[in-house]
Amino acid sequence: MAEVRNSKKACTVNALKMSQPIGGALAFMGLNGAMPLLHGSQGCTSFGLVLFVRHFREAIPMQTTAMSEVATVLGGLENVEQAIVNIAKRAKPEVIGICSTGVTETKGDDVDGYIKLIRDKHPELDDIAIVYVSTPDFKDAFQDGWARTVTRIVDELVETAAPEAPRTQKRINVLPGCHLTPGDLYEIRDIVESFGLEPVFLPDLSGSVDGRIPDEFTPTTLGGISVKEVATLGTSAWTIAVGEQMRAAAEALEKKAGVPFTLYDRLTGLAPNDDLIALLARLSGRPVPEKWRRQRSQLVDAMLDGHFFFGNKRIAIGASPDLLWSVSSFLTEMGCNIEAAVTTTHGPLLGQIETDEVLIGDLEDLEERAEGCDLLITHSHGRQAAERLGIPFFRMGLPMFDRLGAAHQTTVGYRGTRDLVFEIGNIFIANAHEPDTETWRQTAEVSDDTGSAFAAH
Amino acid sequence: MSSLANKVQDVFNEPGCAKNQGKSDKERKKGCTKQLQPGGAAGGCAFDGAKIALQPITDVAHLVHGPIACEGNSWDNRGAKSSGSRLYRTSFTTDINETDVVFGGEKHLFKSIKEILDKYDPPAVFVYQTCVPAMIGDDIGAVCKAATEKFGKPVVPVISPGFVGPKNLGNKLAGEALLDHVIGTGEPEYTTPYDINIIGEYNLAGELWQVKPLLDELGIRILSCISGDAKYHEVASSHRAKAAMMVCSKAMINIARKMEERYDIPFFEGSFYGIGDMSDSLREIARLLIEKGADPELMDRTEAVIEREEARAWERIAPYKERLTGKKVLLITGGVKSWSVVAALQEAGMELVGTSVKKSTKEDKDKIKELMGQDAHMIEDMTPREMFKMLSDAQADIMLSGGRSQFIALKAKMPWLDINQERHHAFAGYEGMVDLVREIDKALSNPIWDQVRKPAPWDDGQESWEARALAEAEAEAAAIAADPVLAEEMRRSTQICNCKTVDTGTIEDAIKADHLTTVKEVTAATNAGGGCTGCHERIAGILSALAATKAEAREADHG
Ligand code: SF4
Repeated sequence: MAEVRNSKKACTVNALKMSQPIGGALAFMGLNGAMPLLHGSQGCTSFGLVLFVRHFREAIPMQTTAMSEVATVLGGLENVEQAIVNIAKRAKPEVIGICSTGVTETKGDDVDGYIKLIRDKHPELDDIAIVYVSTPDFKDAFQDGWARTVTRIVDELVETAAPEAPRTQKRINVLPGCHLTPGDLYEIRDIVESFGLEPVFLPDLSGSVDGRIPDEFTPTTLGGISVKEVATLGTSAWTIAVGEQMRAAAEALEKKAGVPFTLYDRLTGLAPNDDLIALLARLSGRPVPEKWRRQRSQLVDAMLDGHFFFGNKRIAIGASPDLLWSVSSFLTEMGCNIEAAVTTTHGPLLGQIETDEVLIGDLEDLEERAEGCDLLITHSHGRQAAERLGIPFFRMGLPMFDRLGAAHQTTVGYRGTRDLVFEIGNIFIANAHEPDTETWRQTAEVSDDTGSAFAAH
Repeated sequence: MSSLANKVQDVFNEPGCAKNQGKSDKERKKGCTKQLQPGGAAGGCAFDGAKIALQPITDVAHLVHGPIACEGNSWDNRGAKSSGSRLYRTSFTTDINETDVVFGGEKHLFKSIKEILDKYDPPAVFVYQTCVPAMIGDDIGAVCKAATEKFGKPVVPVISPGFVGPKNLGNKLAGEALLDHVIGTGEPEYTTPYDINIIGEYNLAGELWQVKPLLDELGIRILSCISGDAKYHEVASSHRAKAAMMVCSKAMINIARKMEERYDIPFFEGSFYGIGDMSDSLREIARLLIEKGADPELMDRTEAVIEREEARAWERIAPYKERLTGKKVLLITGGVKSWSVVAALQEAGMELVGTSVKKSTKEDKDKIKELMGQDAHMIEDMTPREMFKMLSDAQADIMLSGGRSQFIALKAKMPWLDINQERHHAFAGYEGMVDLVREIDKALSNPIWDQVRKPAPWDDGQESWEARALAEAEAEAAAIAADPVLAEEMRRSTQICNCKTVDTGTIEDAIKADHLTTVKEVTAATNAGGGCTGCHERIAGILSALAATKAEAREADHG
């Protein structure tokens, strides 16, 4: 059990957090034919764009209402209108997803009101879905922006279904949190499909920014869930939400269309995946495919082989709440001690993390607390801290701009968890302190002597 | 008018800025308030520009006063290198919250400054203003003044909130902050007749270090680089330099010009990119220093170094000639570096295709720069499919451009090299051009291209997405050609001035309505041509085309 505290500092040093609107924009990128639009000054969009381009190594669609100093004072109706009209003309999107920013929230622009006026004036926009989310920069963080946007998409785009309306028994909605990568979504898709079920993801980044050669060039997203599919989510048999952040969206979907849901606070680790497989077996009425029995046993074996190296390791983690929960819970289950946990925003599970304190703070806080740890886990911005501390560094989360394959890092499912055991375990092995005549008395750790590991089997 | 508005006005009136020479009074005043096109704009804000310009000062704490968006989404994302302090890569922001927005963030800012001084003890703190605190009226100038008095350390306000304009305005506002608060506040330990400033060089990827050894060899001291690999004290005492080089981008012209005015430091505009330009720059530095009293033998030594280095560079480029001769390069870049690069590529036997630049005779130099600047703008404005079409039409072997088009090129399986800001390779000086040629060779000769271009054995080549994309682009073009109304609409909506987002239609209407006859008048009336001035040629084209049709019409009337 941890005490959740806010950092008392006035100055944020080496931010861990990113802003809400770009979390929202990323959620919109999981829709097909989408153009995310930040309602604010051009710089906000430019920074977000660069961040995603560096992370995904893809061209990223994102636009701005380009509010000038004068426009921020007068209000942004004209800018929102021009932006929508221009985007409609140039990019021909299926959906425009608008997120507000600090600039426009300070003035208090009534964007929902603007959209009504714009719709009345421009019937040519009737075929384009427009969803607006309020995401002020000076409140909350990236994960909140993502979660709020998905909830809004459900509210705005899912069609209400009568409770007794027929359900597509085979179709399962999946609402992934922002901490899941496109690779994670592929893994979940595989798992769900293996039971003869049809998963639909909202948002679906695995369709849009999954690092592949596209079939076509478009200025909007290509791939992801279509607006039409979103409309029918209410007729699915079940919803699986991944990450506590998705609770609101799952509840909204249940309320609107009566789709029951199961929320997994994480899908990294043995037990949560057992639960998922059991649920899918129940929903599909099919036996658990051989593939998962085998992979489960591989994970169990990996945990056995790995536990020598994980036991009592001191870990420092900086991540948004759901990723922090997922990684720290799993590492605790592997025998690690979470020495430092820093996060970006509030979350209901933070108090349950097995560590003394969870701090809502920055990477300076994490660096202070990570001294003497065996491993630092955070996004790429932790690289300077890891270097100064001289401890191994494992990158998780967004942004990951100094490594290849950020979109494919997979840590869910039996297989994803198994690979995570290998990746982190190998870091421990590579950094094990070889005892020498000076230190052997203090070194009681298992080194990379796999002979003894096998012997213990 | 607020003091910021005055500053912006002042910067726009910059007489040393060639961009402003073509502007009328009215247009200059408009400069700062001109709207970007919502839904069609790209590029960073003034704050971004200010940070780019100043962050390379390595021992300063750079504190961003604003919500998390401005700093949290963007920090540690540039490649300016340091030979000393790493403090510039530590990110500081007030990360203001709702309470600050309601009650003001000045106290929060003041406390942040104190924390930084206590913990990191930098020689100075730079405080960057952003949009939200500017809107709620936080007076960061006053806070910085109070902090300077209280803590006895310089705390410098950099007033360039994003919404006042684009990146290049931010560069200049950053320059103003240095002029107002930093330059001239320190003294160098000693001076020599060989002290220079280099202005507008950020030491990206360590480019300054490709040049510095040659200056060292000549006994020329960089008193201060503004701002690459600089220390606060160096910038503060830079007013004692004998001469300055302004690195070819108008970004910090105001510093160069005002330092000339205030401290009698003559400057020239030069570039380190390209063998010829590098030599010219060395000569200019020597010339200015001699003018200011250095021993004239400096020129002889400079010429000797130039001769040696040029010969060495050409010699090292020569071995690549065999493999690179006849290779076609699609070069798309902003005006400043292009000319210099062109010469080196041609020396290595390569051919330029697809851009407005065909051959490079020295007389055309300025024109080429202008044209290439326009191309670079154009590509930013293109949709991905148009860009792909251009790539395949050009039939180039490799594309050199800025980061924006990287993924289009790569997805089209086209070798690509970054010659823009965020690149990881340093291409400055004689060394840099050799590196550039080597990098091109490396990209071109990589064995992946043949492999990745081969379709999967089960795929019908005709049905490839590339073929489809091209077919669609052609179908679109045909549809436009078949529909005169649509074609006219498309023609009128073609952007002419990319800086100020003005299209053909707007310009034509203005010319017709107000009977305009000169580019100047068009700029005054529509703002087109009020940015980088690269489109003046095109505006002139529209003027003469309209004049011709008018003349024809008149003749028809008379006839
Ligand atoms: S436009 Fe304003 S709010 Fe946006 S990043 Fe730039 S300074 Fe910050």
